[in-house]
Amino acid sequence: MENFLTQLIGGLNVGSIYALIALGYTMVYGIAKMLNFAHGDIIMVGAYTIFVAVSSAHVPPYLAILIGIIVCAVFGVVIEKIAYKPLRNTSSLTVLITAIGVSYLLQNLSLLIFGEQEKSMPALFHFDGLMFGSVRVPGETIITLAATVVIMIALTLFINKTKAGKAMLAVSEDKGAAELMGINVNRTISLTFAIGSALAAVAGALYASSYVYIKPTMGAMTGIKAFIAAVLGGIGSIPGAMFGGLVLGIVENLSKAYISTQISDAIVFGILILVLLIRPTGLLGKKRIEKV
Amino acid sequence: MKKLLNKKNLFYLILTVVVWGVLFALSEGRVLSYQMRNMLVPIGVNIILAVSLNLIVGFLGELALGHAGFMAVGAYAGCLLIKTMSGLPPMLALVIGMLAGGLAAAAIGFVIGLPVLRLRGDYVAIVTLAFGQIIVTLLTNMKVTGGASGLKEIPMEANFTIVYIVMVVTVLIIATLANSRHGRAISAIRENEVAARSIGINITYYKMLAFVISAFFAGIAGVLYGSNLGILIPRSFDYNKSIEILVFVVLGGMGSLPGSVIAATILTLLPELLREFSDYRMLAYSIVLIAMMLLNASPRFESVKAKLNWRRLWALLKQKLEKKPNKA
Repeated sequence: MENFLTQLIGGLNVGSIYALIALGYTMVYGIAKMLNFAHGDIIMVGAYTIFVAVSSAHVPPYLAILIGIIVCAVFGVVIEKIAYKPLRNTSSLTVLITAIGVSYLLQNLSLLIFGEQEKSMPALFHFDGLMFGSVRVPGETIITLAATVVIMIALTLFINKTKAGKAMLAVSEDKGAAELMGINVNRTISLTFAIGSALAAVAGALYASSYVYIKPTMGAMTGIKAFIAAVLGGIGSIPGAMFGGLVLGIVENLSKAYISTQISDAIVFGILILVLLIRPTGLLGKKRIEKV
Repeated sequence: MKKLLNKKNLFYLILTVVVWGVLFALSEGRVLSYQMRNMLVPIGVNIILAVSLNLIVGFLGELALGHAGFMAVGAYAGCLLIKTMSGLPPMLALVIGMLAGGLAAAAIGFVIGLPVLRLRGDYVAIVTLAFGQIIVTLLTNMKVTGGASGLKEIPMEANFTIVYIVMVVTVLIIATLANSRHGRAISAIRENEVAARSIGINITYYKMLAFVISAFFAGIAGVLYGSNLGILIPRSFDYNKSIEILVFVVLGGMGSLPGSVIAATILTLLPELLREFSDYRMLAYSIVLIAMMLLNASPRFESVKAKLNWRRLWALLKQKLEKKPNKA
């Protein structure tokens, strides 16, 4: 039982990270109607930025995370402007191939700059964790969970209460109509990419503090799993991303513990295929009828 | 019925035989270096992979990121069978192995096609990627495939001639398919699925057809790959290999078979010829993907494209050549 609880808590930890990344996928998908393949690699950009800031420039950890968030937001906006914006009205195949190209570009640039070797991230948070009965909850897990919940609430308030957030909803509903209502579509899309990438930076920091080691390809598989979480929760839905992320993290951790470490990836991918077969709109997604 | 042996076909036939003859003579006469001779089979294998992926990406217009997975299924199925047929003449065993590998990959293609055909656009990419990853994971963890250290001691029978023949047959079949009624139906789905459905094209059937045929040839390429190297390692069929094949297709031009052949040849040779380049290979691939998409589809680059048009350059060249005699 104790082991099960420990695994469950580990699952919540990794699940929260997936949830934060899945938010970026879901928001971009909702507004730009594209699968931003490079989103996973933004986590890597964030993690390396924080790594350089902390270990080479000796910046205090919280400031380093802030730098990481800013750098990632800038990356997200610039990538959108250079690579995705010119292709906005073309086929989804074209945009997707470009996004894969961007993902590869980020990975290989970082491979050239930092090398293939894994880097070990210095401890960002100094928090010992708590004991609940006989089960220890690591400090990283508590911080990860707390950060995710706070971000989720803040994001929901932002989208539903502020003008910019409502503009995002409007653009995702109907781009043309939103433009006619005087919403600056370009700025709204940029803002979405900035927020999504900033969340990816936070996820990168939490990932690095939980797993210590970072490497140039760390974002690729994490990103794909987060996308699966977004699909599982229902793409375009913010509570769905949170829910999907947590479910996926728990399933992955439990299958690692009780079935096989190697097979756990196959199980996660199997879930994606099952969800798409049985309920393509995800667990919390709304069904949309395709119009000609 | 059109005449089968028209000028164009005759030209291609002669070209095919001449290219084979020249390469065969060069490699048998030891004119080509050892390194270059070893490149002939991988080039052929990559051409088969690129041409078969082009059927899905270029003609059907779906993005499949699991082509290396089909290749892996074919390679393992075919090579395992070849290893059991040590009594047969090696060439016969290879041909049987190729057919078996192709059929196994086609069967998996059918299974993958079932969910994929219900999805659209981005989901197809992610599901095929997931399938490719599952296949690699399974191959790494199964006893019969030799696990992570690989399937060893495969008879090394694939030589330049057999790869060349298979490659020519593959290109021929896919080109014929693409130009046929079925091929036009597949392209119609790419242009507009709803419109294609409304004129009575059976979307499910044609999507499945493209998927299965593409997987079949990827499987055959896999068997040739294994039979050339003598060893199969699951890791070599991961996501990166799928992206590499995609780069061949995108650089050659989606929907262009000669383009795929040329791009696969160049991109297989280049990293070998330029050792310094091989560090930057993946970086160059990513830039190729982005640049090709932006140049091809973005309205911003229309003017550049108009200037860099082959036909226009050709016309300019002709003009220059025609002017010269006048000067003299």
